[in-house]
Amino acid sequence: MAEEVHTEGALDAHTGGPDHGEGGLSFHPMDQFIVRPIFGENGDPVHWYTVTNATVWMALAVLCVLGLFVLGTRGRAIVPGRIQSIAELAYGFVYKMVEDVTGRDAVKFFPYIFTLFLFILFANTLALLPMSFSTTSHIAVTAVLALAVFLTVTIVGFVKNGTKFLGLFWVSSAPLVLRPILAVIELISYFVRPVSHSIRLAGNIMAGHAVLKVFAGFAAIAAIAPVSILAITAIYGLEVLVAFIQAYVFTILTCVYLKDALHPSH
Amino acid sequence: MELEAAQALGQYAGAGLAAIGSGLAAIGVGNVAGNFLSGALRNPSAANAQTATLFIGIAFAEALGIFAFLVSLLLMFAI
Repeated sequence: MAEEVHTEGALDAHTGGPDHGEGGLSFHPMDQFIVRPIFGENGDPVHWYTVTNATVWMALAVLCVLGLFVLGTRGRAIVPGRIQSIAELAYGFVYKMVEDVTGRDAVKFFPYIFTLFLFILFANTLALLPMSFSTTSHIAVTAVLALAVFLTVTIVGFVKNGTKFLGLFWVSSAPLVLRPILAVIELISYFVRPVSHSIRLAGNIMAGHAVLKVFAGFAAIAAIAPVSILAITAIYGLEVLVAFIQAYVFTILTCVYLKDALHPSH
Repeated sequence: MELEAAQALGQYAGAGLAAIGSGLAAIGVGNVAGNFLSGALRNPSAANAQTATLFIGIAFAEALGIFAFLVSLLLMFAI
């Protein structure tokens, strides 16, 4: 995965490399997405074991989730403290979502869905820190998450329903003439799911961070600096919202896909 | 026209045209949210149960805009 990430970063590097030289603050808005090794020179080869800024920020997201839940469940107080109530709120929020959207029998998938939600939420939120690296802006990262969901849904569907799972593509409520056409459309839409699932998250985060950097570039021009700083503040607020909503959307779509696997009746 | 100049022109024009798709997706998202709001104001008691559906609808409408944005990014930086 690290190598994929590297090629994606290198792609940006060779066309729109850092534009140093002429004083002032000039940089390329896509430079923030370049994957760099933490130790060693900038152009060093990236292997699967190389510690890059992407892996460091993903590990930090995992550590934050761990910290929240280790500290949150340590006291187990009846009247929860600050950390415990955040942990309880997150748990209750996702549990209710799984129950409402997928149904009671899907609760055994709750740990997986909760992990997805927390990882994406923390990765998105940590990416908003200044000088940080936005891991979820890379399609290589989100594609792995989305493919895992896709494989889970497909395997669960076939294990649970056997060949009846193929009824998902055979719309029995439609007229017989239309059914083959609908089957093709359903098949395409089924296999496009992991693509749209991953690109939605990566595209949203990438677009937001690129816009932030574009306005940061305008801040170097004295005449429009105040406007640009106000715009950065407003867009930053929007990005905080987007960070949460994209985690929510990713999770709820996982629930919807799981519902198809558990109850494929069309 | 030189071949490279024509290629660059096509690249930038294509990126701009692809960016129109993002704007069209905004119309779609606005439709979803606006219709949700007009429905929710008529029957506020049913609105809370439908917020999940609202977000799913917005996500599907938005995905195509993000695809258009991605195409324009690919034209600008990858080709």
